[in-house]
Amino acid sequence: MGFILNVNGKDMTVETEGETPLLWVLRDELRLTATKYGCGIAQCGACTVLADGEAVRSCQMAVEDLADVKITTLEGLEGKHPLQKAWLKHDVAQCGYCQPGQIMSAVALLSETPDPTDEDITDAMSGNICRCGTYQRIRAAIKDAAKNSG
Amino acid sequence: MKKQNVKSPILSRRSVLMGFALVGGALLVGPVSQMAKAVSEKDFGKFGPFLKITSDGIVTVISKHCEFGQGSHTGLAIIVAEELDADWQKVRVEMAPANMALFGHTKLKIQITGGSSTISNSWDQLRRVGASTRAAFVQAASELWNVPAVEIMVDKGVVSHVGSGKTTEFGKLLRRAVEITLPAEPVLKTPDMFKLIGTENTFRLDGKSKTTGTEIYTEDVQLPHMLVAMVVHSPRFGGKLVRFEAQAALALSGVVDVFEIPSGVAVVAKNTYMALKGRAALQATWDDSAAEMRSDFEIMADHKAIANGDVAGEWGAFETVGDIGSAFKGGYETMACSYDFPYLAHSAMEPMNCVAQVEGKRVKLTFGAQSQTGDQRIIAAIIGCKPDEVEIETLHAGGSFGRRSVAISDYQSEAVYIAKKIGGFTPIKLIWTREDDSAGGSYRAMAYHKIKIEVDKSGYPLAWQHRLVSESILAGTQFAAGVRNGVDRTVVEGVQGSPYFKAIAAVDAQVSMPKSPIPVLWLRSVGSTHTAMAMEHTIDQLARRADINPVEYRRVLYKKAGNERHLRMLDFIVEKSGWGTPIEDGWVRGMAIHECFNTVVANVVELRMEDGEPHIRRVILAVDCGLAISPDQVRAQMEGGVYYGLSFALYGEVKIDKGIVQNTNFDTSRVLRMEDAPIVETHIMPSANRPSGAGEPGTPVVGPAVANAILALTGKATVSLPFVKS
Repeated sequence: MGFILNVNGKDMTVETEGETPLLWVLRDELRLTATKYGCGIAQCGACTVLADGEAVRSCQMAVEDLADVKITTLEGLEGKHPLQKAWLKHDVAQCGYCQPGQIMSAVALLSETPDPTDEDITDAMSGNICRCGTYQRIRAAIKDAAKNSG
Repeated sequence: MKKQNVKSPILSRRSVLMGFALVGGALLVGPVSQMAKAVSEKDFGKFGPFLKITSDGIVTVISKHCEFGQGSHTGLAIIVAEELDADWQKVRVEMAPANMALFGHTKLKIQITGGSSTISNSWDQLRRVGASTRAAFVQAASELWNVPAVEIMVDKGVVSHVGSGKTTEFGKLLRRAVEITLPAEPVLKTPDMFKLIGTENTFRLDGKSKTTGTEIYTEDVQLPHMLVAMVVHSPRFGGKLVRFEAQAALALSGVVDVFEIPSGVAVVAKNTYMALKGRAALQATWDDSAAEMRSDFEIMADHKAIANGDVAGEWGAFETVGDIGSAFKGGYETMACSYDFPYLAHSAMEPMNCVAQVEGKRVKLTFGAQSQTGDQRIIAAIIGCKPDEVEIETLHAGGSFGRRSVAISDYQSEAVYIAKKIGGFTPIKLIWTREDDSAGGSYRAMAYHKIKIEVDKSGYPLAWQHRLVSESILAGTQFAAGVRNGVDRTVVEGVQGSPYFKAIAAVDAQVSMPKSPIPVLWLRSVGSTHTAMAMEHTIDQLARRADINPVEYRRVLYKKAGNERHLRMLDFIVEKSGWGTPIEDGWVRGMAIHECFNTVVANVVELRMEDGEPHIRRVILAVDCGLAISPDQVRAQMEGGVYYGLSFALYGEVKIDKGIVQNTNFDTSRVLRMEDAPIVETHIMPSANRPSGAGEPGTPVVGPAVANAILALTGKATVSLPFVKS
């Protein structure tokens, strides 16, 4: 079946079964591979994207349910978001595989809570696993981005 | 690999071999003829296999080691750039192809990344590359300007002569520089001349691609006509396929083929989701007659039976000091302790995967390779070609922690078997799901330590008897020659070579290595993942038993052993951590110090118990890794090492029920999240010694520091890990 998805401000048509998780449509059909597979059960956060500005796990969203939803992936930030600059300043990434999901969770946090407390950051980011152990730098980068865009 | 490269990875990799120049980093510019017509392609090989410089002034360092987060690429590039006096803003790094002759580890003589040895084995090699190339540019300028070479300066890629005011750049001098014969023994800088090494003037070269999503991992590879494959594995290790029903899977649109391979049944589909659906529709029956049927607690009980002498085991001695025969005769008091350690899964964020293409005897793998030579040998045997004919393009890996240097090349072989059956050089992307990865074996082995110590009147050890039971990593693999006299040093390292043994009159340490169908493997810091706990928690128990401050207790032993390096570290961590100063009610400190891969790390944790679980608010860490090439990346590895080690100490265990792994995803397999992550404060010991490693040594120290804090708080010794049982 054909579905129209709005991804990063553009309408895109995909031919797939309606139950297909958004994660696989983004990666295999639209070739937007920043969004990563890590667990497939909404436990690790590597597949986090924004749906109408809210952080969601794309592995759990069927493409047929997204007709009127605006999807934003890391590619949609175009490298210009203050968080991306802060990520570079603090050299957050190690293996980097989880970082697209981390950044998208942080984008959602700052759009709702521009000046987050440590507790706000912990609450917003504890759904995103990083096995390299970059949590301390993620926290510092979020604070930095909040300060510089506030 | 960057996105632009993906379209023609064969061309780009071959281009390197043929001496074409590709500008690495974010930009892919075409073959060199388009960029610098005046200089012929072959000239770019003039600076050796580790360095390319193009007429636009871009300096590209070729890394023989892979990058999976540990910062190896950046570290190696810094070494070359330092001696070359390159402009860091113009430095790029590119992964080398699999080629043992050109890119072998200088000590291990195979191409592999491990043992935290990337920097240490490349240090002399790459300094010479940078320094000799710098000398060529200086000589070229000297001839061009007709001034003495000694008067020429190089800084940030700019070559200048003060007296004449003449100045130029690497790119502009390139044509002349490639004509200069490189000096065999170039003059290296003294540390006071460093502008990049040991400074905060560098940044990760892969930061941008990993922050914008353009870094291409194996999982992201998309090639024309590519198919996605998954494999149904035996639920039990050692199970054999009896039969399978493929009709339901083949009836699904998008499923291309279903067939048997040595490790199970492969499902090949047009995309990932169809492969997942196809595999779910597949029915397979297994013969478990040779399979591992035991549960985890039964395997541990069998380990203990060997250690206790209830069951005969083969023992190999790995530390023998003095005469243990005269000890334990009464007259002195003894202390006994034991520890059991569960199987651990590496759980890298990117589950194992590999892209393979086969046509006849031609084979190419594109993936996050860590043990290129080992993989080449195993793949060559499958294909019937020579190992060096197996082409491997190494991508960045989404973590590894040792899993990707699997000595049996398990997932790599699966990809090749499938690609061989499909043929036609069709790209096959084998994907393991998280569940496959967690249940796929090659775990950190289960381990049991049983220790008996005789103490003198002051409470210091006179005799130390150590029995360690754990499966060998190397036995039965292509690296089996590493097992000598019944001892696999990767199992015993950390007990073997312990600084305390030089302060004890009699030591008798032996290992027994039972076999099981469950494959085991090195995991970040390898033997130290359990030996650091066995040694450091035992030392604290001895100190508490003697009512001596654990710092003073260690100091006495290090002094007796004549271990200046550990004494310096002890003083350093005491100073940095505020050890001995007051701390709030309910909070307590715990310390551990351990050497791993020639790097010494100390941790002091600040801990309290919350709802029966240890809560750690801060870890003060000190590290002596010799000269720190990039202090910030050493800090990053220490932070990451603490989190990785704390994660497995607190929660890590592979639970096995009657041979079947139970906790195969993050809902049942808890790992450290931000909410559990303490502040890690890293202090680097100033040092002018040769650099050692930083990737692994930060990992194993936090567990014993936590155990020692719990001991200080509750008086109870830890006897089994993880701390938090699910």
